[in-house]
Amino acid sequence: MSLTQSRTAPTYGVLLLRGLLAGLIAGLLAGAFAYALGEPKVDAAIAIEEAAAHAEAASGAPAAEDHHGEDALVSRHGQKGGLFLATALFGVAMGGLLATAYTLLRRRLRTEHDSHAALGLAAAALLGMVLVPFVKYPPNPPAVGDPATINQRTISYLSIVVIGLAAVWAAVIAARAPHAGAADWVRAAAGLGGFLVVVVVGYVLLPNIDEVPETFPPSLLWNFRVTSLGTQVTLWAALGLAFTALLPRSASSEAVTGRGRTESVPV
Amino acid sequence: MPKVQTVRPLHPTTVSPRVLGAAFGVVATLLLLAYLVAFDQGAVSQSGMFLHELMHDGRHLLGVPCH
Repeated sequence: MSLTQSRTAPTYGVLLLRGLLAGLIAGLLAGAFAYALGEPKVDAAIAIEEAAAHAEAASGAPAAEDHHGEDALVSRHGQKGGLFLATALFGVAMGGLLATAYTLLRRRLRTEHDSHAALGLAAAALLGMVLVPFVKYPPNPPAVGDPATINQRTISYLSIVVIGLAAVWAAVIAARAPHAGAADWVRAAAGLGGFLVVVVVGYVLLPNIDEVPETFPPSLLWNFRVTSLGTQVTLWAALGLAFTALLPRSASSEAVTGRGRTESVPV
Repeated sequence: MPKVQTVRPLHPTTVSPRVLGAAFGVVATLLLLAYLVAFDQGAVSQSGMFLHELMHDGRHLLGVPCH
């Protein structure tokens, strides 16, 4: 880069727009993954749910509320289109949050490479918001959850998301705690320890939820959970890569000020 | 939040209060959007059941609790 070129940092607005765009791209890719690999599992689970509902109706019991049958508010066909809407909007939301986190935290991330900072934040979100919650509360297909516990399950799920992000934060704090000159393995071990302490405390304190009916096919449950994880990994991997690719080039090792100007930086 | 000291001042300027204010509004808006997609359940739905049903499959596959 020429020394005479004006070196301006990208504004928050620029970063936010790129983050939203990256989120849209990532959401559509995640939607494609979910449509191709996840929908067959959702269909299979709904077929099981409907078979059970029909058996109940035949035995004279009051029919359960039907979310998925022909009488549903949105047809199955519509729900499959809505899948792309859901992942795209969710991706846009996460992309904007990633761009905001990047803007606010860039100064605190000890790397000269903006790409490392952006990818690191996306990886932290994947770890804290997806992998940590997945182990405690693995996602369930339709026909598994008890509608009566939805509020408790939602609160528990949100709690583990917050705890997962707090665990990543604790890892960073712990890794920076050793005295200057400490060996890399000491920092890595401290970071891992900080992460595990928070995660284990969260796992122990939060209630266990096990609502899978004994009649539900275990292989279908497993396959659904793997494709759900794949959908979320696709979203965050694509989001991190797309946001990094869209980062303004002039931003390399530059400040993020939000006002578009930085003080001169010695090269 | 503990004070974090950088190895060397990569970024001499700080995030301005104006950016902080904008970020607050943006985060609130995006969290509302995420709520609409992921948590606007039947039990607590503020938008009616249509959006809930429309984005039903995405909610399940994004790993969010559902009915």
